[in-house]
Amino acid sequence: MSTTTTLADHQLLSGNHAVAWGARLARPQVIPVYPITPQSPIMEKLGDFHAAGEIDAEVLTPESEHSAMAAAIAASLAGARVFTATASQGLLLMHELLHYAAGGRAPIVMFNVNRTVASPWAFWPDATDSLAQRDTGWIQIYSETPQESLDSTIQAYRVAESVALPAMICHDAFYVSHAMEPVAVPDQALVDSYLPPYEPEHFVEPGRSESFGYVIDQATFNQTRRDLDQAMARTVGALEEADAAWRELTGRGYGLVESYRLDDADTAIVTMGSMAGTARVAVDEMRAAGERVGLLKVRLFRPFPEAAVRAALAGIGRAVVLDRNYSPGVGGMLHQELKSALFGLNGSAPQVHGLLAGVGGVNVTPAKIRQFVADTTDRDPQSQSVWVE
Amino acid sequence: MQKINLVDHGLFNPGHAACPGCQESLALRVILNTIGTDAAAVFPPSCGAVICGPHPYSSLNIPVFQTTLESAAAAASGLRRALNQRGKRDSTVVCFAGDGGTYDIGFQALSSAVERNEDILYVCFDNEGYMNTGAQKSSSTPLHASTASTPGGKPSKKKDIIGILAAHGIPYVATASTGHMNDLIAKVEKALTIKGSRFLAVLVPCLDGWGLPDDSGIGVSRLAVDSGMWPLYEVEEGHHYTLNHDAKTVPVSDYLSVQKRYRHLSESQLAEVQAAVDQDWVQLQKRAAESASATTAASG
Repeated sequence: MSTTTTLADHQLLSGNHAVAWGARLARPQVIPVYPITPQSPIMEKLGDFHAAGEIDAEVLTPESEHSAMAAAIAASLAGARVFTATASQGLLLMHELLHYAAGGRAPIVMFNVNRTVASPWAFWPDATDSLAQRDTGWIQIYSETPQESLDSTIQAYRVAESVALPAMICHDAFYVSHAMEPVAVPDQALVDSYLPPYEPEHFVEPGRSESFGYVIDQATFNQTRRDLDQAMARTVGALEEADAAWRELTGRGYGLVESYRLDDADTAIVTMGSMAGTARVAVDEMRAAGERVGLLKVRLFRPFPEAAVRAALAGIGRAVVLDRNYSPGVGGMLHQELKSALFGLNGSAPQVHGLLAGVGGVNVTPAKIRQFVADTTDRDPQSQSVWVE
Repeated sequence: MQKINLVDHGLFNPGHAACPGCQESLALRVILNTIGTDAAAVFPPSCGAVICGPHPYSSLNIPVFQTTLESAAAAASGLRRALNQRGKRDSTVVCFAGDGGTYDIGFQALSSAVERNEDILYVCFDNEGYMNTGAQKSSSTPLHASTASTPGGKPSKKKDIIGILAAHGIPYVATASTGHMNDLIAKVEKALTIKGSRFLAVLVPCLDGWGLPDDSGIGVSRLAVDSGMWPLYEVEEGHHYTLNHDAKTVPVSDYLSVQKRYRHLSESQLAEVQAAVDQDWVQLQKRAAESASATTAASG
């Protein structure tokens, strides 16, 4: 990735503060938000911006994430640009309303900090919280770094508003949320040129004759789901466009997926989020040892970028999926989605090994990843994911 | 005979889906036309949401936002804030929820919204149970009333929602009923002059759920007030009580005996209800008298 900025333009930011900057630059008009570890620094930073008069938004602090999302939906469908953030239990509490937002085609942008789901209680990186929401109709983007989190927050508005779907961006607890890195914070004018004010065609407002949410018949309900399906299909192109336009302006783009040293690879590690950063190091080490291993980082998870994944993996002998999440009875959710995406690729499809690596926040080092990959060489792929440590 | 001071702007259409004689649709018509056109309404699932009508029809001639059962006040807050940002700070956001969506599942969101003193008018159509789903018990159901989920009678008292809302210290809390329309209209008009959270609980006897003839709604509403089971009063700023109908003229048996939900009542249960109403009435009179004397002292 090239960049047109210099370190002089950078701020030292945690992942969460980078998100707050991304949100600020997108000029949200309504921000309903509720605290939860490890999301709270996003909320607090936005609160600081608001107190200093640096953002012109209505900030609501309701009694729960459920009410935060209920307020977000109503505000969005009244024509306001809306931002919120959450994590883990808070996201699960919103579950009913996540469906409501998508069904209502409210282009809310929400940041979720991936954290283990209780019980038992824990605070560690694990994407089960957001992956368990994959059927709610939200666009899902997984970010590897603070910079990508800032950039993705802004990109997400352009995508969400163009397809009228809510978008959720996720990064891992602590590894990304609290780790500090130099982050390029773009100019407001640049962001304004990229993201014009939100002006929806339909919205609820006194004096207008549009209402929202009335009971409908079977056929009309069915049509809403077909429409949602079309919007999801358009999301792939919308993110490609938004990412390309952002790259044009800032020099930074991330794609739907990122192929890293995959060109002549016989083995592809496939993963998401901060694990991609660790896998990148492992790939470099294995390459240095003469092994033909590359990385496929999945950035867009919903809709699953099937064509991009198939194109990236066709002809590669082996795919080793690292899932830091767990769906009981299924295994790793990226593993499951990947198998589905490769369906029908036949002769050119890789053998897919699904590994449950780092579930519950267990540390996964580059050395471990090298070992995981080595261990798959003399093992037949299993349909179910395999626990590794 | 009393003339009702309503100018009907045609904001509530005929042909809606309410039951014959429905008190809620009557109250809705009166409130909507009192508020006028510069408003948007929020409905959670409820009889009210059914009365709104099926897509693409609407019985309301103002915009409606329908939300989930437990989120009426939160959605109204979001709508309010969006309108503020869009230059519509003076428009009214009115919430119409049932007692289930207010006393029970929507209570958490409501308490939070009024704690923030959100600039919304929240109207609870109180028919003392989940009438839209077949007349099950809510925490608004009165002591001993029979419902589909408490067929032997509810063993606990009705929740004092007015006292709870008043304890939040919000600008305006009041009760009203379909039996006293001018009182209802005056309270809506008063609420419209106030910024911040305003809460109005309107007793709307459910003919089907309570076991009443189709033409009895208004009469039963009046009996609720005259017996003291649904006193008409206001609480301003959490402490200033005003009794709007200060005569308790009939025993509760006059009100209860006409309703099928109370036909199992024993003499001792009836006496228990009467004693509780008498006690609450004394308390309310005392608060109203204290508020009146405080006002006199302040102005004297």
